[in-house]
Amino acid sequence: MKKFTLEEFLELLKKYNVEEIEGVKIEGDLEIELEGSSVDLSAIAPLYSMLSEFGNFLYHANMALGYLQRLSAALGIPTPFAAQPQLAPAAPAAPEAAPAVEELKLPTELVKAKFEPYKEEYPSKIEEVVLGATKADGGSRDYTITLGGERSLAFYTFDAPQPHLPAIAIDVFDRKPMLAKAVRVHYEDVLDNPAEWARKCVKKFGADLVTLHLISTDPLLDDTPASEAVKVLEDVLQAVKCPIIVGGSGNKEKDPEVLEKAAEVAEGERIMLASATLDMDWERIANAAKKYGHVVLSWTQMDINNQKTLNRYLLKRVGMPRDSIVMDPTTAALGYGLDYAFTNMERIRISGLKGDTDLNFPMSSGTTNAWGAREAWMIDSPIEEDTPWGPRELRGPIWEIITGLTLSLAGVDLFMMMHPVAVAVLKEVFNTLGGNVKESVADPGEWIFMEV
Amino acid sequence: MKVKSPLEVYNYLPRTNCGECGFDTCMSFAAHIIDRSVTPLDCKPLVEEAKKDPKAKKKLEELLELTAPEIAEVVIGVGDNAVKIGGEEVLHRHELTFFNPTGFFYDVWDTMDDKALEERCERVVSYKKFYVGNFLTLDGFAVRCTSGDPKRYREVVKKVASYGKPMILVALDPECMKAALEEVADQRPLMYAATEGNWKEFLKMALEYKVPVTLRAKDLDVLKSMAVTFKQAGVKDIVLDPVTEPLGEGLKGTFERVIQLRRTAIAGQDKDVAYPIMITPIAAWLIEGDEVTKSYWEAVIASMFIVKYGDVMIFRSLDQHVVMPTITLRFNIYTDPRTPVQVEPGLRAINDPGPDDPVFITTNFALTYYTVESDLTSGGIKGWLLVLNTEGLGVEVSVAGGQFTASKVKELIEETKIEEKVNHRYLVIPGLAARLQGAIEDETGWKVLVGPMDSGRIKGWLEKNWPPKE
Ligand code: B12
Ligand code: SF4
Repeated sequence: MKKFTLEEFLELLKKYNVEEIEGVKIEGDLEIELEGSSVDLSAIAPLYSMLSEFGNFLYHANMALGYLQRLSAALGIPTPFAAQPQLAPAAPAAPEAAPAVEELKLPTELVKAKFEPYKEEYPSKIEEVVLGATKADGGSRDYTITLGGERSLAFYTFDAPQPHLPAIAIDVFDRKPMLAKAVRVHYEDVLDNPAEWARKCVKKFGADLVTLHLISTDPLLDDTPASEAVKVLEDVLQAVKCPIIVGGSGNKEKDPEVLEKAAEVAEGERIMLASATLDMDWERIANAAKKYGHVVLSWTQMDINNQKTLNRYLLKRVGMPRDSIVMDPTTAALGYGLDYAFTNMERIRISGLKGDTDLNFPMSSGTTNAWGAREAWMIDSPIEEDTPWGPRELRGPIWEIITGLTLSLAGVDLFMMMHPVAVAVLKEVFNTLGGNVKESVADPGEWIFMEV
Repeated sequence: MKVKSPLEVYNYLPRTNCGECGFDTCMSFAAHIIDRSVTPLDCKPLVEEAKKDPKAKKKLEELLELTAPEIAEVVIGVGDNAVKIGGEEVLHRHELTFFNPTGFFYDVWDTMDDKALEERCERVVSYKKFYVGNFLTLDGFAVRCTSGDPKRYREVVKKVASYGKPMILVALDPECMKAALEEVADQRPLMYAATEGNWKEFLKMALEYKVPVTLRAKDLDVLKSMAVTFKQAGVKDIVLDPVTEPLGEGLKGTFERVIQLRRTAIAGQDKDVAYPIMITPIAAWLIEGDEVTKSYWEAVIASMFIVKYGDVMIFRSLDQHVVMPTITLRFNIYTDPRTPVQVEPGLRAINDPGPDDPVFITTNFALTYYTVESDLTSGGIKGWLLVLNTEGLGVEVSVAGGQFTASKVKELIEETKIEEKVNHRYLVIPGLAARLQGAIEDETGWKVLVGPMDSGRIKGWLEKNWPPKE
């Protein structure tokens, strides 16, 4: 290796008015060799002051050295500087060079890494339950709705395809119910006519299904006899051609009778009876569903073990076919127990996917419950210090949307809802996560700079 | 965290059962490390020992490493207002709990005029929503650089910093970012964002100013590569932004990326992506439509990712129909499912009541109690509120489940000596407990009035029903 002496170099640098340094040599590896036996720091210092002068306009040491290298090449001198300059020996004499050395460590290229997504596979699958029957199957519906069929968590289509997106049913009552004002205004014209009401839900608000609640049968309300009440069901079956769900009043004594009668008059239509619960004659309701080929809604109050128990009763004692059970594990509104509802449903869904055959049924949610939250319907906050709540017309629907959206992520397959805007937005969400909405925005980063 | 049983932790503790940590035994302290209610640093003897003995120090560091959360924890801001994000352990809340609620940051931008800026900042800092005994509030600001002018940006960042809330600095231009950092780096803002285009400069700033940094890339290979690069260079506080696309297939893709990131970090044990995730619901403002459409969609995007792994968010809308549902959802999802939220049973005097004022009863479920208490207090109602121990259950649930009974009401009346405080014997019960009316009358000898179903209506109800006519 040819020794490169500073003397030679300095000769050339003189043109650039760089101060002369004597007695210092730079060797091939940029080892600094001092002539003489004792290290004379004062001899090195000028070298560094020279380097740092370059540094002043060249940013840091390696660039300064690179510059020297290029300069020397340009001047036709064989370069003494190796690729990895080691300035260490001189560092103490030149503290200002230290940070410059640190910066040498900064990468100039990304360390290439591959993201390998973790794969999750569940051994089991959620049952598929068909609601409604077309002519071909002995009914009079225009179409059927299939719930369930998931092999992974909701909308995890990257794990496994989700054959059916959640469906939305809109509530219809056979007697004027108590409704929040924001909901009522959309149904004002049909409140006295359940058939028209059903038609409006389907034609105007895009319901996939209609839930007819026969609340007038409640002994504390009109106590309408079962045989009388189901006439409304016949009207609704005539008026709309979507699959139908029928609910009672919630009265434990009366509901079995009402739902049994409903099952009879809707024979062949494959409606869903809502609902069988542990504290009423679930056997009678489920038997009626079985006899007339309907689906039964198995409703429990936020208790996974009760849900298991009731499902098992329906399967073992009644002999319900596995494709004819839907579960309602109970919906609590956003802010009013939604955390319990969400977690209960998520646990039920995961258990079902993992192979618990007492729990792998589609789930339904009474999302209309969201209107019970005061944030949905009150004019303003009852708390003085609260920031004003803003127009309730906007708060109500979003309360129903977020309640439903949250539970859809827990695995709910069927939503019973009321506000038309909430229905529309939630549908858009399902279609989006289900992969049916093609449009996208061109540049999702535009918000970073947008001047509004 | 890597360790699963208290025993594994126990071996690292002094095992003297000195009790300084507030627990009787080291074993019980170890159990609390596992459930994350304490950290190894809460054992004073351990920390003291580590200061003196390098071996002990190494052991403590090992323990800290073993008990570190699965997802890195990142702090934005300093002092009381600082926001902690990430630090999660599980994919589903029932498996343990979620720990650090999603940070909510609201955007301001540097081409706003000063008055509008002040108004907006004021709205963010003054926001309040009462919920189960506390006021929910917003976390901080995302200051966007729309001017492209480092000087202006620095000025605005300085102004926003004066509100004392944590900040996210949103600028892709290193010059602007640098200008802002020179002003507020000591406030520990989160940089937004390093991209494939600017990462070198951002890496340098992250090291130089010691502030957390967001890495932004849609391609998860690139995102992971950046995370590895930054980590190797010595950056610890990293936030990942897999890019929030607001619509259609883009949004579906975002959903997939977020879930894959978190699942791979936790279930797949990929430490290179085990960082908090940034979501930007503000991107909803890029879609076509009117303000309500955009703001609803912003609430939708936010909610989706409050449920699924979003650790920090940048919002646009300050309208209540966006803030209220999202802030409530955040609270619900991040509530610890292991402990029922309850309050002390007993007697509360509301608004300085006298002997003629009504006596109400409610349950000790936090949600129920605070709803009722605040309805009474803010309604200016004077009265006595009996709080029954229903083991943290609400009215309807405890009536159905047998925790709200006439005999327990009787005991409560005796324990609280309410009979010495009032000169009447009328008890107002919740409408949802109506079926207990007769039983309570028989058991206590008090006259029972059935109040409204919702405590928000007590005020109107009292106007008609108090004092009782008889
Ligand atoms: C969350 C919830 C649960 C949670 C409870 C969590 C908790 N910490 O309380 C869990 C999952 C544990 C649960 C369990 C059960 N639940 Co449950 N649950 C609910 C749910 C969804 C919400 C209840 C709630 O929190 N409301 C919010 C709170 C704030 O309301 P609140 O306590 O009633 O207070 C309000 C009013 O009562 C009033 N108020 C309160 N105090 C006072 C005082 C006065 C003076 C006045 C005037 C007014 C007033 O104002 C308050 C604010 O509006 C309801 C259904 C629903 N959507 O409402 C079912 C519901 C209450 N549950 C029900 C049942 C049956 C049960 C179980 C028995 C089910 C079972 N088979 O296991 C168990 C019982 C458990 C036990 N007790 O041992 C039924 C009750 C039916 C009935 N009327 O008898 C309901 C109505 C569901 C249903 N439709 O069937 N449940
Ligand atoms: S302070 Fe430390 S040593 Fe003392 S009991 Fe607690 S864990 Fe054990």
